[in-house]
Amino acid sequence: MLSIQNLKVAVNGKEILQGLDLNVGPGELHAIMGPNGSGKSTLGYALAGRDGYEITGGSVEFEGQDLAELEPEERAAAGLFLAFQYPVEIPGVNNAYFLRAALNAQRKARGEEPIDSMNFLKTVRESLKDLKMDEALLKRAVNEGFSGGEKKRNEIVQMAVLQPKLAILDETDSGLDIDALKLVAEGINRLRDDKRSFVVITHYQRLLDYLTPDRVHVLSEGRIVESGGQELSKRLESEGYAFLEESPS
Amino acid sequence: MNQTVEQVNQVIQQRYKAGFYTDIESDRMRVGLDEEVVAMISAKKDEPTWLLEWRLKAFAQWQKMVGPDWAHLKLPAIDFQKIHYYAAPKQKNRPKSLDEVDPKLLETFDKLGVPLHERARLAGVAVDAVFDSVSVGTTFQKELKEAGVIFCSFSEAVQEHPDLVREYLGSVVPPSDNYFAALNSAVFSDGSFVYIPENTRCPMELSTYFRINARDTGQFERTLIIAEAGSEVSYLEGCTAPMRDENQLHAAVVELIARKKAKIKYSTVQNWYPGDENGKGGIYNFVTKRGDCREDDARISWTQVETGSAITWKYPSCILRGDRSAGEFYSVALTHNHQQADTGTKMIHLGKDTTSKIISKGISAGHSNNSYRGLVRIAKRAANARNYTQCDSLLIGKTCGAHTFPYIESANATAKVEHEATTSRIGEDQLFYCRSRGLGEEDAVAMIVDGFCKEVFKELPMEFAVEAKALLEISLEGAVG
Repeated sequence: MLSIQNLKVAVNGKEILQGLDLNVGPGELHAIMGPNGSGKSTLGYALAGRDGYEITGGSVEFEGQDLAELEPEERAAAGLFLAFQYPVEIPGVNNAYFLRAALNAQRKARGEEPIDSMNFLKTVRESLKDLKMDEALLKRAVNEGFSGGEKKRNEIVQMAVLQPKLAILDETDSGLDIDALKLVAEGINRLRDDKRSFVVITHYQRLLDYLTPDRVHVLSEGRIVESGGQELSKRLESEGYAFLEESPS
Repeated sequence: MNQTVEQVNQVIQQRYKAGFYTDIESDRMRVGLDEEVVAMISAKKDEPTWLLEWRLKAFAQWQKMVGPDWAHLKLPAIDFQKIHYYAAPKQKNRPKSLDEVDPKLLETFDKLGVPLHERARLAGVAVDAVFDSVSVGTTFQKELKEAGVIFCSFSEAVQEHPDLVREYLGSVVPPSDNYFAALNSAVFSDGSFVYIPENTRCPMELSTYFRINARDTGQFERTLIIAEAGSEVSYLEGCTAPMRDENQLHAAVVELIARKKAKIKYSTVQNWYPGDENGKGGIYNFVTKRGDCREDDARISWTQVETGSAITWKYPSCILRGDRSAGEFYSVALTHNHQQADTGTKMIHLGKDTTSKIISKGISAGHSNNSYRGLVRIAKRAANARNYTQCDSLLIGKTCGAHTFPYIESANATAKVEHEATTSRIGEDQLFYCRSRGLGEEDAVAMIVDGFCKEVFKELPMEFAVEAKALLEISLEGAVG
């Protein structure tokens, strides 16, 4: 699904990712943890193709395609989704309109017919209900005037409607209360199957309690310095990142 | 090489779809401007003596005036002696009905999406079509007449309704008002005339489509709309011109009169040729538009979408004379490449409890400059006057400029005047967010700009809102990346 080898990414001339390796197979959920400034968000942006996140070395392949060759919208159409740490407001653009235009742009790029309004509304309404969000939200502008929690849940609604092959979730759990956290976790679990893969970037064990990741990685100074199972995240929760310095990788 | 040029031309053609030229024999007056030319225009129209005198007086005033230099515009010198002030498609007799109009003209308006012939007329919209200096026809005249509404070309109004024209002409924008109003008063050649009788709601939307076609010709039209007590009308105008390397002058005057409790809604979609990407060619658009809420509880609303012209100098205004009268101004002004716009409004509060609302959205891209200039004046006797102004600018790229020049003059302490202004750049984060969801870059920009303009678009009649949206998208092609 996703194969990253020796990836180096520079932002404003500064190398943030310094040789990162990561392999995510179909149906797998990988968690990425790590201290602030270790390059977690940079990884998400680089995968989604944000301007200014320059790949200076290594390779990223998504289903055999070289991601560096694709524009952000082409990556989306190929099935890559990034849930933003800080979802962006777009004043005056109706939420439902935005999501439908995005979905149809992806479908068009894949040579599929546009979705009809009835089916679209049905899908969105179900997703909203799952995330316990008010339907009135569809008529409001994208993320405008949303609370922090609503913005994060809205990302999950978008993911549910767009049905990506690989979803990267960048600190989707931060700033959520325990009820919202559960809803988000359920939203992710609902989409899990033996094909769809997830990369979940988080600071906290509590989200992983609900998600049971296949692999947990620790990112530090632009490299994966430790990988393991669930037990690794639990150790991080109790000991912090201090032990990393004692265990050279 | 040739192929490349052709490809480029095709792209430009796509961007400005109205840029074609109609090859039609034209009856054009000699170049230059003097008393004789003014008299010739008047004679062409078979005008009464009072109107000729009115024109000549305006011409004398204009000669003593100088052009405005206060706008935030780089104004090239205009040689008024190199312009033809009158050009009209040649026709043997004035057509009595649309069936007699030259098919080439009908075809032109067809191509512009404004069909005039019986079969394809826009449902529910009556159209007066002005080609260079003359009106070529007005649709639905019979239906309107049954409702008591007069909707005809200005020339026809001079012949058929001289008393109304004489009473109201220049009563809102006197010839001495400003340089371009004086020029227009001297040489105006046609335009539209609307009269809505008392307590009548105009049964359909009225619209005028202005087309400049002839080379080296200026268009100077006048529009006069009179809404009697308790009446209501919605009026729309659209405009286009062929693509040429030379600049062409358009100087119009629009006067609106709303009597007691009357409502006038005036919408403009301005798409004059803006010039090419290097700033060559395009229309110079100097327009004076003013509405007079002459009696109590009158209401005038301006909505404009300005995407064309090399230079736009335009301030649709309201004089709120009657007590409780209300003025509104909703504007989207988009500039790209080397376009310049200095546009806004004036709200003059004279009556008690008068209200005004100004919503202005400026979008700048390329190397363009876009200024909002607005005056809110509260007179001494305008107790409890209220104004709300919101003025937002959106920048696309780093080489364009947005400027805001608000003027507030209040002589009455009970007045409430609010002004809000924002300037933002189309966020790289907004663009990336849209693209990460699968939207292409240009679609994303169009969507963000459309959202930015929403408050104004919702004021436009439905079909024009759709047109305006499409126009913005075309105008912004190539603005990013």
